[in-house]
Amino acid sequence: MTKYILIGVVIALMVFAVASGRLGAASFGTWIGALLTLSIFSFLYKDNPLYKLAEHIFIGISAGYFVALEYWNVFVPNLWNPLLASFRTVSPSGLMLIVPFVLGLLLFTRFLPKAAWLSRWSMAAMIGSYAGLAIIGALQGDLLAQIRANMMPLISPGSPGGLKSAAGASALFFATLEVLRNPLIVIGLLVTLVYFFFSREHKGSLGAASRVGVWFLMISFGASFGYTVMSRVSLLIGRLHFLLSDWLGIIH
Amino acid sequence: MEERGTERRSLLTRLSLIDRRILFLIIFACAAIPLLIGASLKMSVTAPVKGLYDAIDALEAGSCVWLAADYDPGSKPELSPMNYALVEHLFRKNIKVISASLWAPGPPLAQTVFDEMAPVHGKHYGVDYVNLGFKEGREAVMVSVAEDLRRTFPEDYAGTPLDSIPMLKGISSLKDIDMIICVSAGYPGIKEWIQQIATRYDTVIGGGVTAVSGPEMYPYIQSGQLVGLLSGMKGAAEYEQLVGRPGLGTAGMVAQSSVHVMVVIFIIFANIVYFLEKRRARR
Repeated sequence: MTKYILIGVVIALMVFAVASGRLGAASFGTWIGALLTLSIFSFLYKDNPLYKLAEHIFIGISAGYFVALEYWNVFVPNLWNPLLASFRTVSPSGLMLIVPFVLGLLLFTRFLPKAAWLSRWSMAAMIGSYAGLAIIGALQGDLLAQIRANMMPLISPGSPGGLKSAAGASALFFATLEVLRNPLIVIGLLVTLVYFFFSREHKGSLGAASRVGVWFLMISFGASFGYTVMSRVSLLIGRLHFLLSDWLGIIH
Repeated sequence: MEERGTERRSLLTRLSLIDRRILFLIIFACAAIPLLIGASLKMSVTAPVKGLYDAIDALEAGSCVWLAADYDPGSKPELSPMNYALVEHLFRKNIKVISASLWAPGPPLAQTVFDEMAPVHGKHYGVDYVNLGFKEGREAVMVSVAEDLRRTFPEDYAGTPLDSIPMLKGISSLKDIDMIICVSAGYPGIKEWIQQIATRYDTVIGGGVTAVSGPEMYPYIQSGQLVGLLSGMKGAAEYEQLVGRPGLGTAGMVAQSSVHVMVVIFIIFANIVYFLEKRRARR
């Protein structure tokens, strides 16, 4: 029954678009995009060959696109061209590029079981440099800055004044929230940290604080889930807009 | 009495076993009908969105902004409307735009925005805006650009050497950039720009993210590391409202709201069925 409703909806939309003379305006690329979108949507009914075909086309095109882009936008301008130029001018600093070139080649030794261990040198260089960058970034840009930002007065200056001068229920509500903002952040931070403190058993006051910490965590998970739903719905709206606007020309 | 109980039980059982495809159809209708009838919704602009708008508005004409298009087609419905609205604002203010991407599919998406917006505002490639394309290396690229732009991007997206681009004369690194705006769908994205660049080089950073990443970014607004943030399609719609250019963000808001209402109804309904069944099982 559902299958027939779905097919009926698609056919009705297409008939409407043909009758209004808008369907012919869509380009070949738009047609391909629309048919692939419908193929992917068909998975909502059940797994089928059209869905599999669209999935395989997506993976194949993505892989090809990535290889071509990495070659022309990264390998050639950042390594190959400067390396050739340094050979011509015999520039010692330019010749240093031989090091990343050789490390890059070593990665391909993974295809040869006997020489595969050589690729570990390249991996070690990559992991080491990225770990260094990530640690400095996380400490300097994240941890320290966030600790500093949470060293705040419990009552933010000006917020009690806002509460006194608030006129109307809505203004009073927002002014109250403003007064509660800093205490909520500080208490939420402390009780959440208590929840992740595992050196003592969560009993007594520690247990109570930990339970409040769970509530804060649950509220944040709920907010994250709400945002995730919003994000996924946006993707559906984007595809529907493409089908109804670019392909069928029903909306503008 | 017993008959009525059996009837209710069978109805409850049927409701709890409802075909998920019926739910998909309802969600599809909730999203499609508002788009088809062109319904619109007036929104209030939130403080993080206004923060980004004000930060861009405070830039002087001729300033230069780094617009990182760190997203892919999978997040296009949320992030492309932001990119359009931001470029509209930047072009209107006569601010020069350098776009680059740490996500491979980013450059053509950014180019589409420029191709559409530049003729409208009479802007020219290489004079008012430039697309440097994609570069692999994630955080390493950010740090490298902060030190030397030409070493990291010897050519633009089309293969033109940077020294031949008039707009880039006098710009040698991120230190010559007035603001970084990152439109990002995940890693590497706005968080990494904050971690690697904002604190170390004291650079002003703002941007937009998918709604999924939104909650993770709000602490950076509170700490002052982000001047403003657009979160999801709602953020894009608010910015479209501020710049007076309604796009997909605005068009999608009624559809978004109606689906949300339906999801809330589903959750309440499922809970009622769950508790009724539980009560029946206890009896």
